[in-house]
Amino acid sequence: MYDAMMAETIGFAGHGGDVIEGYLARPLGPGPSGSVVVIHHMPGYDAPTKEITRKFAAAGYLALCPNLYTREAPEASPDDAAAAVRAQGGVPDERLVGDVGGAVSYLRAMPASNGKAGVIGYCSGGRQAFLAACSLPLDAAVDCYGAFVVGTPPEGMPLKVGPLLHLAGNLSCPLLGLFGAEDNHPSPEQTAELDKELTRLGKTHEFHTYEGAGHAFFAVDRPAYRPEAANDGWRRIWEWFGRYLGN
Amino acid sequence: MCTYITEKVTVEGSGKGAGGWFGLTEASVYFDHPVHASAEHTLNIDFLAPERGPSARVAVELSVASARALAQAIEAALAAAPPGLT
Repeated sequence: MYDAMMAETIGFAGHGGDVIEGYLARPLGPGPSGSVVVIHHMPGYDAPTKEITRKFAAAGYLALCPNLYTREAPEASPDDAAAAVRAQGGVPDERLVGDVGGAVSYLRAMPASNGKAGVIGYCSGGRQAFLAACSLPLDAAVDCYGAFVVGTPPEGMPLKVGPLLHLAGNLSCPLLGLFGAEDNHPSPEQTAELDKELTRLGKTHEFHTYEGAGHAFFAVDRPAYRPEAANDGWRRIWEWFGRYLGN
Repeated sequence: MCTYITEKVTVEGSGKGAGGWFGLTEASVYFDHPVHASAEHTLNIDFLAPERGPSARVAVELSVASARALAQAIEAALAAAPPGLT
């Protein structure tokens, strides 16, 4: 099997037509391939997130991770950029939707695209994946422990984000949710509430909550890493995207 | 990073970052996931000069015990300074 791939930094049109940075990883074969937009976690457009993006390309997907902090910190290191954006209140929801929408359009326009596109996000990106899936026509979405889809942020939190449950009726695609039983943001009670609402609305979804895992259990470079949960989570991601983004 | 309370303090002084010394104007103090420290949560302090851009930053990520010890040490050092200097 021909398995060559390429990964590179590109510029593409995001919200409002702004050219933003993105990390594109893709198989070099002719396709047709499904597409995945990878939404990075709060610590930013960092090396582990780029590794995840390459992982999708290695699995046969056209994958693009937008640098959501391009505008605030175009030249800064990922941790400095994340600190600056955190201090400013995070990424505005409207801009996030525009940036993800731009990434989806970029991928769908690639000659090797099969026209199907999904989104996956981690941490704050999990919430943003849900937001994107409720705001854009997509084919599949994965929310990895996104906080504040349900529930109001605590007083004093610098991030200007609000709950998204009221958007659930607009969910455009099947949603896979992967959560940790020991996580407080989102708590199992909050993900159960989202599960219940999606069931009520008749939205295709599947949630898994892993015992012994907390927030960020996919993060291989952090103490939060839980190999059993992460391995099972990846298996479910491949099944989900295979089912909904495959040819 | 996903726990959230942030204390912002206006500061006057200097810090040494990757690009050398610079004047500080602000500090953020928050308890959150670290970027580098081997703990799930740490007390993080960013000493900043936002007007110089995101890279004007001196960052520390401390365990809870270290952070408390540091806070006490700062108070103790200030208390021990000769009267009239603080």
